[in-house]
Amino acid sequence: MQEMQKIEDQTAGPKTGLWGWMDRRTGVDALLRSALYEPIPGGARFAYVFGSGLLFIFISQVITGIFLALYYVPSADHAHTTVAYITKAVTAGSFLRSLHAYGASAMVIVLLLHLSQTYIYAAYKGPREILWVSGCVLFALVLGMAFTGYLLPWDQRAYFATAVGTNAASEVPLIGETLKRFMRGGTEMGTLTISRFFVAHVFFIPACIFALVASHISLFRKAGAAGPPDEDPYEPKKKTELFYPRQVLMDLSLTALLIVGLGSLCFFAPMQLGPAANPADAQYIPRPEWYYLPIFQWLKYWHGAASVVGILLIPMVLVLGIVALPFFDRSIERRPWKRPIAMGAYGFVSLALLGLGLRSQYLDNHDPGVAQQLAKQKAEEQEYMRKPFETELSSATLAAANVALADPEGAKGKEIFESLSCNACHGDGGVGTAAAPALVGIKAKHSPDQVAALFKHPTAKMTAGGMPPIDLPPDDLKALIAYVESLK
Amino acid sequence: MCAVNSEGLTSKSTTAEPSRQNRRSFLGALLAVGSAVVGALLSVPLVRFALFPLIRQTTDTKKSPVGSVSEFASLAEPAMRTIQIEQIDGWRKTVSEKAVYITKDRRDQLCVLSSICPHLGCTVPWNKEKKQFICPCHGGTFSVDGSRVSGPSQRGMDTLETSVEDGKLLVRFEYFRQLVSDKEVVG
Ligand code: FES
Repeated sequence: MQEMQKIEDQTAGPKTGLWGWMDRRTGVDALLRSALYEPIPGGARFAYVFGSGLLFIFISQVITGIFLALYYVPSADHAHTTVAYITKAVTAGSFLRSLHAYGASAMVIVLLLHLSQTYIYAAYKGPREILWVSGCVLFALVLGMAFTGYLLPWDQRAYFATAVGTNAASEVPLIGETLKRFMRGGTEMGTLTISRFFVAHVFFIPACIFALVASHISLFRKAGAAGPPDEDPYEPKKKTELFYPRQVLMDLSLTALLIVGLGSLCFFAPMQLGPAANPADAQYIPRPEWYYLPIFQWLKYWHGAASVVGILLIPMVLVLGIVALPFFDRSIERRPWKRPIAMGAYGFVSLALLGLGLRSQYLDNHDPGVAQQLAKQKAEEQEYMRKPFETELSSATLAAANVALADPEGAKGKEIFESLSCNACHGDGGVGTAAAPALVGIKAKHSPDQVAALFKHPTAKMTAGGMPPIDLPPDDLKALIAYVESLK
Repeated sequence: MCAVNSEGLTSKSTTAEPSRQNRRSFLGALLAVGSAVVGALLSVPLVRFALFPLIRQTTDTKKSPVGSVSEFASLAEPAMRTIQIEQIDGWRKTVSEKAVYITKDRRDQLCVLSSICPHLGCTVPWNKEKKQFICPCHGGTFSVDGSRVSGPSQRGMDTLETSVEDGKLLVRFEYFRQLVSDKEVVG
C-alpha cells in the first residue's frame, strides 16, 4: 500500500489542460491511476489475461443484445419471424446475431480457461474465499444466460433443445414437475415459456451479473493479485510490477485475438437459423449446444430410483465441493505439483466432462438412423437459410377473414352486405364508421333471431341513425345474418 | 522512489528517467487512439443495424392490381372493383380489401377514386339513375369524375395514385383526412 502511494506520487504530475480541467471536476485521473497501477506480485503474465477477456466479451454481449432487441419480439408467434428478419433482412443483422450467439460460446470457453487458471495456480487461496464463491455464482449465471438465450430464436433446434433441457428439470426428485412448470410457465412449451426466458435473459440474470461482476472485481482488488504459484497467498513477497503497461498489453492481445477470431467467424460462417419451431415434428432429434453435451450425456445414464444419485446427489456434491473449495483447502501451498489431490480431481473432472461430450458425439455418429436424421436437420436449416425473408401475415388480415368465408352461406351474405351498401355506413367487414356502429362481435350480443327481428323492425334509435328496414327473400336474409354473425 | 526497470519489475534504487516517462505516456496515447479506432470500427455494424430503416424502406403500401387497362377502355360509367391492399410493416404485413371506382377524369383519362367519403368516411355508392355518386350517410353528391357537387363534404372524392405496368392498371391505396378541404394523406 505504501509502495502504491509512492507510485502515485511519482506518476502524478501537475495536471494541466483539458485533462486537468476534467480531473478537478470528476477525479478521473485518480480513477484511471488506481485502475492501471495495480501491483502484480511476480510481474505480468499471459496466464492472467482471461478475466479482462471475460469482461470484454460480457460488454460485447450487452451491446449486441441491446441492439438485437431493436427488432426482436418475445412471443411464440413472432419470435422466429423477427429473428429471421434480423438474419435475412436487416443490414449487418446476421453479423450482430452471430456475434451474440458465438459470443456465448466464447464466453464459456474463456470462463473455463479463467477458472482453470485460478484453480491450477490455486489463486483462490489466502483471503479470497468470497472472491472464489462470487466467481462460481458468475459461472452459473453465465450458463443460465446461455440456456435462456438459446430458446429465443424459436427455431426447431432451439425449441427441442429447450424442451429437453426443461424436461431434465422434472427429473429432480420431489420438486421436479413443479420446477419444470415454473420454467415453462405451464405444462407445455409455449409463448409463456418465451416470455419467462426472455425476462430471465434480458433483465433478471444480467442484473445479477452486473452486480456480481462489480463485486468480483472489487473483491479482487481488495485481496490483491495472487501472483505465481510459488507466491505466498497471504503476504506476497515477490517484487511487484504494475498492471500498466505490460499486463495491459497482454490483456489487449487476448482482446485483439477475440475480435479477430469472433469477427471472422461471424463474417465467414454466420450463425444459422432453422425453420420455425414445429412442436408436432415427432422426428426431430434435439441436441444441446456443445457446452451442455456432457450433462446431456450424463443424464442418459440415470433412470428410475438411481436418478436421485446421478441427477441430484453427484452433481450437488461436485458443485458444493467446487464452491466450498477455499474453505477446506486451507494450506498455503499453491504449486500444482505439490497438490496431487486437487490436481487429480481437476484432471478427473475435466476428463470425465470431455469423455461424456465425446461419447455423445460418438454415439450420434455411429447410429446410422440418428446420424441420418441429424444430417437431414442440418440440411433443412441450410435450406431455410437460403430462402429470402418472408413477411409474416398479420392475424388481423384478410386471410383470417377469408377463413370465416369458407362457409358459402357467409360468402353469399358478404355479397348481399356489399350490394345493399351496408358497408357504406357500417364499414367494410362491419368495422364501423362515423355514421354507424361496428357489427364486429355482434354474435355475442344478439342471436340470429334477434338480428332478423332488428332487420325487419329497426329500433327508433336505428331509424334515426338512417338504418332502413330490410326486406329480403328468406334465403338471402339467412345468408346476410350468417355473414353479420361471423364478423370478428 | 521507485521505477519500472526493463523487466517490468519495480526496483527501489533507480529513479524515474524522464525519457521512460515520455515513452509511457506515448504508449498510453497510442493505446487510447488504438482503442478509439477499434471501437469506432466495431460500432460500424451496430450503426448500420440501427439505421436499417433509413437505408431500406421498412413500411410500404404495395401497388394493388385493379385489372387490365383494356377492360376499362370503353367505360360508360364508373366501375367498382374490390382491390387487395398489401401493407408491409417491418417484418409483418396486413392484407385488406377496399372498394375503388375506376372512372374517367375531365380529360377522359382513366383514374381511380377511393370509395371512402371525404366527409365522414362512409362508402359511397354510384347511383345509376342520377348518374352521380351519392353518399348514403349525409347525402353528399359527387359527379362522375368524383368532383364535389353538393352536400357536407368540403372536397371531391379522392383520386388515388395509379400506374400502368404490362397493360395492367395498378393503384396505390391511401387514406385521406376527413372533414378538410384539402386532400391530405393520413398516417
Ligand atoms: S359521410 Fe358521406 S356525406 Fe357524410
